[in-house]
Amino acid sequence: MTAVAPPQFAARHFRAEREADWLLLEELLDLVEKKSPRRLSEDDLIDLPRLYRATLSALSVARETSLDAAMIAYLESLCTRAYFILYGCREPWSRQLKTYFAHGWPQAVRAIAPEIVVIALLFVASIFAGYYLVHADPAWFDAIIPPGLAQGRDMQATTETLRSSLYDAPSEGGLEVFATYLFTHNSQISILAFALGFAFGIPTFFLIAQNGAMMGALFAAFVPHGLGIGLAGWLAIHGTTEISAIILAGAAGLHIGRAMAFPGARSRLAAAGDAGKRAALVMIGVILMLLVAGLLEGFGRQLITDDNARFAVGGTMFILWLGYFGLVGRRHHGTA
Amino acid sequence: MARRNRPPRTLNRALVTPEGVALNLKLASAGTRASAFLLDWLILIAVLIAATLLVMLLFWAIGKSYPTVFAVIWLLFFFVLRNFYFTLMESGARAATFGKRMLKLRVVARDGGRLTGAAVIARNLMREIEIFLPLTFLAFGAAEGFVDRWTTVLGFAWAAIFLFFPLFNRHRLRAGDLIAGTWVVENARRAIGEDLVRADGKAADLLRFTPEELAVYGQFELQRLEDVLRRDDADSITMVAAAIRRKLGRDDTIADRVFLDSYYRALRGELERKLLFGRRKRDKFDDAS
Repeated sequence: MTAVAPPQFAARHFRAEREADWLLLEELLDLVEKKSPRRLSEDDLIDLPRLYRATLSALSVARETSLDAAMIAYLESLCTRAYFILYGCREPWSRQLKTYFAHGWPQAVRAIAPEIVVIALLFVASIFAGYYLVHADPAWFDAIIPPGLAQGRDMQATTETLRSSLYDAPSEGGLEVFATYLFTHNSQISILAFALGFAFGIPTFFLIAQNGAMMGALFAAFVPHGLGIGLAGWLAIHGTTEISAIILAGAAGLHIGRAMAFPGARSRLAAAGDAGKRAALVMIGVILMLLVAGLLEGFGRQLITDDNARFAVGGTMFILWLGYFGLVGRRHHGTA
Repeated sequence: MARRNRPPRTLNRALVTPEGVALNLKLASAGTRASAFLLDWLILIAVLIAATLLVMLLFWAIGKSYPTVFAVIWLLFFFVLRNFYFTLMESGARAATFGKRMLKLRVVARDGGRLTGAAVIARNLMREIEIFLPLTFLAFGAAEGFVDRWTTVLGFAWAAIFLFFPLFNRHRLRAGDLIAGTWVVENARRAIGEDLVRADGKAADLLRFTPEELAVYGQFELQRLEDVLRRDDADSITMVAAAIRRKLGRDDTIADRVFLDSYYRALRGELERKLLFGRRKRDKFDDAS
């Protein structure tokens, strides 16, 4: 054997032996982050976890044996990056979409069933409240529905005006602009209903009650003219989809609010985190439903002017949604 | 009742990997988060203005026969940009918007697991009450007269709770982070740096130090010295070399940089040797030698 090793033997060789691995790992991570994981060759795919574990072990060793602060900080940041790429990877978009529609969405909806019942009851109750308030004292109409939104469909309107608002095409703008506007506006409202759930769900109640009361007030304006059924048909064609979506959005918000106010056995943070992710799954679907509702409202309602046909379309949509949320994905167990 | 598991006051959080190694994550400070958001906001406004101009240009050029198509495109574009810019950007491999990328931040799941699409959507839909709700109250306040001023003030104060939420908790969580189970961490890359103890036959190896001279300092001082050597700033080299010479009581005539290099090498060799025997001398006051 040769003479006694120099004092820095361990540290110097430690770095010299491993530095090539670290640089290779860094290169592979750059490739994944800047380009795509698909750019990795088969050898790279085998190398990546091996290099990650080697670097992680080098970090542990370096922490205990080396005093090179820059090297330890480098290894730390390299390991953290590699960790999030290896353990944080997602499924491809196509598979995510498939699982979402096959069971993720309906399961999430079923999981918030209690909130859906509460919000639906509140909505129905506020329709009746709006109707009877305006019925008892027409002055309530202006308080419930802002004049800009009523567009002349108020308590003083003639039967003729009201009838034309139900069966005639809107005067300004094409149908497609109208449909797009309805979709974006309603989606924004439903996102707000969801987000307001964060304040323990209380503002969500207000928002839902306000929308319900507006609908009730509208009925109170139409029913005395014998147009109650007509208004119901006018609303039903898209409303079964749109109102379901808004109720789902409110329920999703309430779900978060409930988890934060009453987290149960878990910590408030953990409960809120689970509820938020479940509610977000519902919300993606809500926006899709509102897209469908916007098309039905913008095109379907203006093109189909027969009450029975309107009811048929609305009813079919409602049964479809109910069947989808109630039945699809029941066999699948596990996380969505 | 005492509160369990209070998070520490610093922004450092440990993440234990499945391999059993604790990685130190550094949470982004509220100021960095706000700056990243402002950058994103500027980008959004710039894109929106550019898109509006483009749509108008297209309308003048070819739009006469399809007047409404452009309105539809613009409405949908605005909707997608407002609600999904953050979501789409954070769904990528880097889990960061352009603003976050510029400030070297990324979003990660608090439990260290995978950042699901649902979590990204949940944290970004919450911006509706964090940003747009306060803005609505401000716009409302600008439009209304004196009677409604108090409504506006109270409304804005309420909305400000959501806006300033990250300042009220130690994890710097936004409302959206809270319900999505995420947090935002610093993701800066570090250079490995030159190997300061590499044997390259420089004059540094010629200098010898006695065990007493090497027992003066500990790990903390060694790593400050490492900083000085890596920065290679002439003034600090002179000052530090003078300070160390005074402390050791040496007066040699070697160049300051060579003196510091060789002292660093000798001290690190000495301290690392002791480290192998399980004795870590943390700083000059630590007598674990």
